[in-house]
Amino acid sequence: MIYWELFLAFFIPNIVGYGGGPAIIPLIEAEVVGRYGWMTSQTFAETLALGNALPSPIATKMAGYVGYEVAGMGGAFVAVAATVVPSLLLMIAALGLLYRHRESPQVKRMSQWVRPVIAMMMAWLTLGFLLEGVNGAGWLHTMIIGVVAAIALVRFKIHPAFVVMAALVYGAFVIA
Amino acid sequence: MKQTSLFWAFFRVGIFGFGGGPSMIPLVHAEVVARYQWLTDEEFADILAIGNTLPGPIATKMPGYIGYRVGGPLGCAVAVTAVILPMIAAMIVMLGIFSRYRDVAWIRGMGQAVVPVVMIMMGQLAWDFFDKSQKALGWLVSSVMAIVSGALIYWLGVHPGFIIGAILLAAFIPFSKLKKAERSA
Repeated sequence: MIYWELFLAFFIPNIVGYGGGPAIIPLIEAEVVGRYGWMTSQTFAETLALGNALPSPIATKMAGYVGYEVAGMGGAFVAVAATVVPSLLLMIAALGLLYRHRESPQVKRMSQWVRPVIAMMMAWLTLGFLLEGVNGAGWLHTMIIGVVAAIALVRFKIHPAFVVMAALVYGAFVIA
Repeated sequence: MKQTSLFWAFFRVGIFGFGGGPSMIPLVHAEVVARYQWLTDEEFADILAIGNTLPGPIATKMPGYIGYRVGGPLGCAVAVTAVILPMIAAMIVMLGIFSRYRDVAWIRGMGQAVVPVVMIMMGQLAWDFFDKSQKALGWLVSSVMAIVSGALIYWLGVHPGFIIGAILLAAFIPFSKLKKAERSA
């Protein structure tokens, strides 16, 4: 039962998540935090922060960790398989067919039309993290970290791993 | 021998691929085309183009498909495992240690401090996705789609999978005739 839920929680986001790894994150959050309540918004944010700081694809790191948290090694296996196997089978099975249609307007429209929905879900998730930050660290710390992180990430294009590390140091010494 | 090469090629891709899926593509190219010559440049470009038309993370579709081409079903499993397993193990170990000491004040502070950073990263992604869709569909259409889908998901509680599924199906409706009618009107 739990394995079936884990499978669905990762299968659905990955099959509808056009736009690569990051597009899948708000869909996974909707399942893991919103629908099944396996994680709180706080632990999801922590997992995402560490996931963004480590190499390799984000979708499988999230699946592997959430699956393990919920149902151990078997859970990790089910969640990762639900993430990887369906699209891979499609790719192996339908390579020739897709290759002929890769320039077709329908195929292009698919990813274009999904983008506003994903953008909306991402914005909603951003708001959720804002409330979570205020709830945990308070207004002042959330604003300081948020502004500095925004400048570092957007203006100076510093790698997320370093920004996450700097936040960890700030949290350990200033907030605590 | 081939399976061992596949494993190490994608193991390196996995541990050096900082920044998620798209940043790993040049690394895959370096291993598969330049180092082992399993594929030509054109084959690589074709596989990448097709991978991008399918859902799911590109960083597992590429290794999986290339592994399958080079070493059959076993090669597929070996390549995917090599690319994802090391960092899943690292996540489980690091977050396991972290949550065990959650009650310690400075560890809790670290957890709280990381939330605003994730907020900024997610906000950046949201803007990026909206900007791309605004360029393809225009401000008005993008905004209306975003607001309507947001109301359906968060206000009426419709599962996002249904909405996206419906949009994907709608993408196949032959709109070109409608557009022509609009232009002539």
